[in-house]
Amino acid sequence: MADRNETVSAGGPPAEAVILALAGVSRRFGGLRVIEELSLTVRPGEILGVLGPNGAGKSTLFNLIAGVLPPNEGSIHIMGRDVTAMTVWRRRRLGVGRTYQVPKPFAHMSVFENVLVAATHGGGLSIPAGRREAQRALALTGLAALAAKPAGTLSLLNLKRLELAKAVAGKPRLLLLDEIAGGLTDAECEDLLAILTAIHREGATIVWVEHVIHALKRIASRLAVLHFGAIICEGAPDAVLADERVREVYLGA
Amino acid sequence: MSTPMLLGARAILAAGVLACLAGPWLFDANSLTVLTEFFIVVTLALMWNLLAGYADIISVGQQGFVGVGAYAFFGFTALLHMSVWAAVPLAALTTLLIAVPVMAVIFRLRTAYLAVGTWVAADVLMLIAGKLPGFGGGSGTSLPIPVVKQFGARLGDRIDMFYALSLGLALIAFLATWALLRSRIGLGLTAMRDNEEAAGSSGVDLVRTRILCFLWTAPFLGLAGVMTALEKLRVAPTASFNITDWTIDIIFIVVIGGIGSLEGPILGAILFFLLRQWLADFGAWYLILLGVISIGVILFEPKGLWGACRRWGFPDILPAGHAPGPGAPERVAGPDAQEAPAARTVG
Ligand SMILES: Nc1ncnc2c1ncn2[C@@H]1O[C@H](COP(=O)(O)OP(=O)(O)OP(=O)(O)O)[C@@H](O)[C@H]1O
Ligand SMILES: [Mg+2]
Repeated sequence: MADRNETVSAGGPPAEAVILALAGVSRRFGGLRVIEELSLTVRPGEILGVLGPNGAGKSTLFNLIAGVLPPNEGSIHIMGRDVTAMTVWRRRRLGVGRTYQVPKPFAHMSVFENVLVAATHGGGLSIPAGRREAQRALALTGLAALAAKPAGTLSLLNLKRLELAKAVAGKPRLLLLDEIAGGLTDAECEDLLAILTAIHREGATIVWVEHVIHALKRIASRLAVLHFGAIICEGAPDAVLADERVREVYLGA
Repeated sequence: MSTPMLLGARAILAAGVLACLAGPWLFDANSLTVLTEFFIVVTLALMWNLLAGYADIISVGQQGFVGVGAYAFFGFTALLHMSVWAAVPLAALTTLLIAVPVMAVIFRLRTAYLAVGTWVAADVLMLIAGKLPGFGGGSGTSLPIPVVKQFGARLGDRIDMFYALSLGLALIAFLATWALLRSRIGLGLTAMRDNEEAAGSSGVDLVRTRILCFLWTAPFLGLAGVMTALEKLRVAPTASFNITDWTIDIIFIVVIGGIGSLEGPILGAILFFLLRQWLADFGAWYLILLGVISIGVILFEPKGLWGACRRWGFPDILPAGHAPGPGAPERVAGPDAQEAPAARTVG
């Protein structure tokens, strides 16, 4: 599976049926093995929930998929293309939008300009078309009223909304969401689920790392549990949450 | 609340530009010469700021391209006997062409190594300039009188002409850089300034943007070099490729004025010239004071004077950004951003 052809290697599902495929991916930081021989397939239209204790390697996994970090071993295919050596911006243009767990706003630019960057560069739009797309993404995430504010002045909650707005601008086909529901009230969480449902209905495939299990359970079509850099269990949400090992390592039961 | 302040600032700026345009009728020869130098310095500051403040390319070798511009101008006019008006754009083009291989070498390096790389590259260019036949070797040589006379038969005419040329250069450098920052590329560049990793994740091509930025500055630096040759009426390796004049002072200016803004380099250049006029009698103390001010700014106000203005809520006098515009609500939600309604359109 480590071959780097333009298509997913034979034996795996056919390329069209797979939007994301990781094969034998490992990543170390010095001596620390954070992701170990991880293989994962995501089909178009799925909402995959990823669970795992702190430090399990969830954010690192996103960095590998988005292209912020190169893997030490293994290959990553997106929409049938080998992206293992592709830069992060080319993957974004190909259709991988991601949020950062710790928001990374363009602090001295306005909220609107933040999203405009993603719409024009990530979405490949001209500035006039990008402006319309940015306004759509801001309206969708409930940030329209704050469009003119410098992003550096937003509260953490709104910074997380801004991460989502940047990730969805240009309508990427694969969305990587890293802990966007933490600290929300019940009503805000309902709003978020409604937003994600709308984005999903428009055709986006979603991989969502989240500790707020009740929210994740509501919309995920599949769950995967990451522990010490490996997937220890994956499948239907109810089955995964009932699994012995999952309850042990994650739910502490 | 800051609208009157903004209008006031813009009025001062407009008056300043008008006064500069009317310079030859308003100022004496001495002032015109100082202003000619001021415009060269503003151009250099705008370019260094574009590289360091936006593209994260810390150059300590900017003097290399200044020197190339000066030497190219000398070569085209004094040695190849071309008209000065053809030599000026050709000098800019030469600088751009030299910038391509320089970039190919130093872009293999990052951060501090890149800075050292730019310095080494500039030194190599200076050494080559000192060896070129016809350019006066290590001690340099004067521009021939016939070349100089093309800018005006009388001294007063030439002072006016040099003034007009360097004012034109600063204005074009400013307007072009402003237009660049307003463009799609500039949007990505501004995002890089604020957070490079996030800019990449939003689709900004960090490599191409950096290349474009570096090449963008080269012709302007070359033209500034032409102006230094005209100002001194000679070229010489140590003067044309002077690291103190064309880079170190410029770094002071941009850091004090405010890195990563268009206002900062101009503000810093004004301050630099005022300090220099006032403290000229103190000799070395002037340089020491400048160093102390810079260190103070880096420690207490890393974004410089303009950064402090921004923090106090002063809007950019020359905004290069993009307003949300029609279609977006004009009223901003209450002082607490947290009160913004979530997902109004959904549900
Ligand atoms: N750039 C890095 N350099 C060194 N170590 C890193 C780096 N990024 C992550 N790590 C380490 O890798 C491990 C996994 O981190 P990661 O952020 O992927 O975990 P996570 O599953 O997202 O955790 P959390 O639930 O707390 O967000 C941690 O021990 C972390 O310290
Ligand atoms: Mg994480």
